[in-house]
Amino acid sequence: MERIPILKMGPFLLVTIQVDMHDRLAMSLQDDLTQKIVEKKARGVMLDISALDMVDSFIARMIAHIATLGRLLDAHTVVVGMQPAVAITLVELGLNLTGVKTALDVDKGITWLQSQMALEGMDDEDLEGEGDDANREE
Amino acid sequence: MQIVKSETLPIRSESQVVDVRQSVRKLSVALKFSLTDQTKMVTAASEIARNTLIYGLGGDVVIEELEDFNRKGLRLIFIDQGPGISDLDLALTDGYTSGSGLGLGLSGSKRLVHDFEIFTKVGEGTRITLTRWK
Repeated sequence: MERIPILKMGPFLLVTIQVDMHDRLAMSLQDDLTQKIVEKKARGVMLDISALDMVDSFIARMIAHIATLGRLLDAHTVVVGMQPAVAITLVELGLNLTGVKTALDVDKGITWLQSQMALEGMDDEDLEGEGDDANREE
Repeated sequence: MQIVKSETLPIRSESQVVDVRQSVRKLSVALKFSLTDQTKMVTAASEIARNTLIYGLGGDVVIEELEDFNRKGLRLIFIDQGPGISDLDLALTDGYTSGSGLGLGLSGSKRLVHDFEIFTKVGEGTRITLTRWK
């Protein structure tokens, strides 16, 4: 079965959905992303849906789950590139995706993710030292 | 009112749900629906197709191109011989789900199309008709 590629971009993970997903693919994306967040100690996830010309309630739920999973694993999620027709349809469907941060494009998405990390008082250099703490003698 | 064109697609697997979406998109484009109207139709089709697969235990969709006094329309008839819906009013309520979904498939789709018809009988099956006009 095909898998949606997850790219590492510094402390963030970038997922660009470019295929018409069937339900099982959406579920495996959720699982893969969760695993990768932990494996790569990611601080943020950017979900690029600019190529999606349709988001139904199943996919909307996957997006909401990814945001929640990210939060549980100390990563911020931002969804970028929602097409206007998709936004209109989601509102009509009755979905508002509360709790999911959105941004217009990848640039704005990265800016927001970086600002979230800055707010937490951590930057790239701090991340290098993280793995050492467990071995430090007290 | 005339049925200009008609095709039937099976909905017995997840990938066939994707096929239905793509067919509905293609036809909406051919009928020159606006981008927003196309998206609404495709999304409604996706919701009901999924219901047909998961709750109806598999079925078919009849896709019809309609012509009525110079206006063109797209009609989708989803049919299954599944368990049927025992409480239709409840099923049509926003947020109600008998499964693990968001409960917006039926009630939401109703809002995305011009005409929505549902006929169901417990133990026999369900037929849902979605129509959008240009």
